[in-house]
Amino acid sequence: MTDHAHGDHATDSTEKTVTNRTMDVVVALAFMGLAAVVMSDSWRIGARWASDGPEAGYFPFYVGLLMFIASAGTLATALFTKHPDLGNFVDRSQLKSVMQVLVPTCIYVGLIFVLGIYLASAIFIAFFMWWLGKYPIAKIIPVSIGVPLMLFMMFEVWFLVPLPKGPLETALGY
Amino acid sequence: MEALSSLIGGFSVLADPMNIVYMFVGITLGVLIGVLPGLGGANGVAILLPLTFSMTPVSAIIMLSSIYWGALFGGAITSILFNIPGEPWSVATTFDGHPMAQKGKAGEALTGAFTGSFIGAFFAVLLITFLAPVIAKFALQFGPAEFFAVYLLTFCSFVGMGKEPPFKVIAAMMLGFALAAVGIDTVTGQLRMTFGSVELLRGFDFLVAVIGLFGVGEILLTMEEGLAFKGKSASINARVVFQTWAKLPKYWVGCLRSAIVGCWMGVTPGGATPASFMSYGLAKKFSKNGRNFGKGELEGVVMPEVAAHAAGTSALLPMLTLGIPGSPTAAVLLGGLLIWGLQPGPLLFVEQKDFVWGLIASIYLGNIAGLIVVLTTVPIFAAILRIPFSVIAPIILVICAVGAYTVHNAGLDIAVMLIFGVIGYLFKKLNYPLAPLVLALVLGDMAESSFRQAMLVSQGNLSIFWSNPLVGSIVTLALVMLFWPIIGAVMQRLRPGGEKPAAAE
Repeated sequence: MTDHAHGDHATDSTEKTVTNRTMDVVVALAFMGLAAVVMSDSWRIGARWASDGPEAGYFPFYVGLLMFIASAGTLATALFTKHPDLGNFVDRSQLKSVMQVLVPTCIYVGLIFVLGIYLASAIFIAFFMWWLGKYPIAKIIPVSIGVPLMLFMMFEVWFLVPLPKGPLETALGY
Repeated sequence: MEALSSLIGGFSVLADPMNIVYMFVGITLGVLIGVLPGLGGANGVAILLPLTFSMTPVSAIIMLSSIYWGALFGGAITSILFNIPGEPWSVATTFDGHPMAQKGKAGEALTGAFTGSFIGAFFAVLLITFLAPVIAKFALQFGPAEFFAVYLLTFCSFVGMGKEPPFKVIAAMMLGFALAAVGIDTVTGQLRMTFGSVELLRGFDFLVAVIGLFGVGEILLTMEEGLAFKGKSASINARVVFQTWAKLPKYWVGCLRSAIVGCWMGVTPGGATPASFMSYGLAKKFSKNGRNFGKGELEGVVMPEVAAHAAGTSALLPMLTLGIPGSPTAAVLLGGLLIWGLQPGPLLFVEQKDFVWGLIASIYLGNIAGLIVVLTTVPIFAAILRIPFSVIAPIILVICAVGAYTVHNAGLDIAVMLIFGVIGYLFKKLNYPLAPLVLALVLGDMAESSFRQAMLVSQGNLSIFWSNPLVGSIVTLALVMLFWPIIGAVMQRLRPGGEKPAAAE
């Protein structure tokens, strides 16, 4: 996601990623793209005025249209303003911190589908404490096993709400 | 005094000891949620909602609304002791609260904040008690055109009163409407924007969106700030409490002003956050000690809390009477009502008297209980905050994942939650508001069907929105709100050197 075209060399170059303006433009364009999808699908199912009132696509079509116009406005403001916001969107070190949470969380969500939520949670918490917190094993084990166990008691036993389970729970007879 | 007798009836609903237990459990959970980063009123209630499906609606709403009160109280603890607002509406509390804590007056600041919260909530619940039945009776005569007009006013107020750029407010709101439209059209049964996917048939549930936007998004933001909890220690004893209470009566004018600001911002969907800032600004302007604001003035702690709590509580007024929530958390509570098979709106006051008045009575008791709980347990919650982020963050993410899953027992919702989390992070960074997105997602279907019903009645003639004085004035007011950014700019140009017009008027 680096972008050197809008380089503002006043800021510390090692922390530079993209400017706020670039992100504003990117998000506005994404909005406009989404709005186009909404409008085209609504037009497909009928967005006009039938004899019995508005068709199914009527309301979403205008929602899409408004989204398109508003985002075009944001885009124009970002591009043609006299005082563009060239501040750094996110520092490189900050982005690293965010990714340190986001990437493991994505893997965790993937693991839920394979291992069930309890085992995946235990692994996720243990990994986090070991990797970012640098905790000794003696502290990691009780927390990473205790939390999923408490969730299990609360959901499966007390409130009778089933959560996704994997091979481990099946082996234990659940 | 019909309202009073109904209220007494409401208190009798609370006589069930289990309801009192749920209330205390709710308050304690709420304070915990308010204290922890990434968990707040809206997503906290959303996560716990599935756990209440087996309760009676009255017990469930008492517990969930108590969580909300607890979260409102809890935000102040982190603001004062750690200079970290646990909730957006407690940002203004940090301005004077943390300096007070640094001076060793943490106990005084906390007492002031909690008592301020209590005063604000009490004022707002009085308003609900006496105004709600009147509004509900009035709203019974509403047709689809009137309801659509009120929806329109709600959404236009976001544009007129939001701090964010109007284009971004509209874009975020429309995203909410578009997501709400995904799935089966409720009127014709046609599939909309499913693109042949079975998973999209269900549409997007706003509870999942709320958990992602406010929960995961907040964790990502907190991570970016790389915050290390370095807090002041807290001790509250009875002497400090009474000393602080003795100082409060002289602030009564300010409290009244803040409560009015809060109620106004809560009923119109301005929300607790702008209310707290506005109240802080007004107090700074009018107070004799205005110059000392920011250096640790008790008044600067009390005023934003009064307004935030008044706004948070009065947000329930339009939810109960019209079925239109004034804040994202009220929207989640409304979602709960729908799940329990209760249709929010004016009829609720006729058909579900026990439920409505039980809820209103529980607001009174819940805030008293909340005040007692927070005053006695602050040290415990402050200790929880000392748990490092590398332990708390994964636990909160696990809780969010569980919450997203239990809404529909759908694994894919966990992935959807994660996507909303990234969207929430981007939106916060780029100054897109989240509240209109959530409210549009909740109300999208209802707003659309009232619009289409109105169109069926008038056979496609838009003049139905000006067909009688009531609907006409609401629609006109809505349009004024919508174009307020332009009107305000023009008025400012016409008055050279004139002050910026106050946003609330």
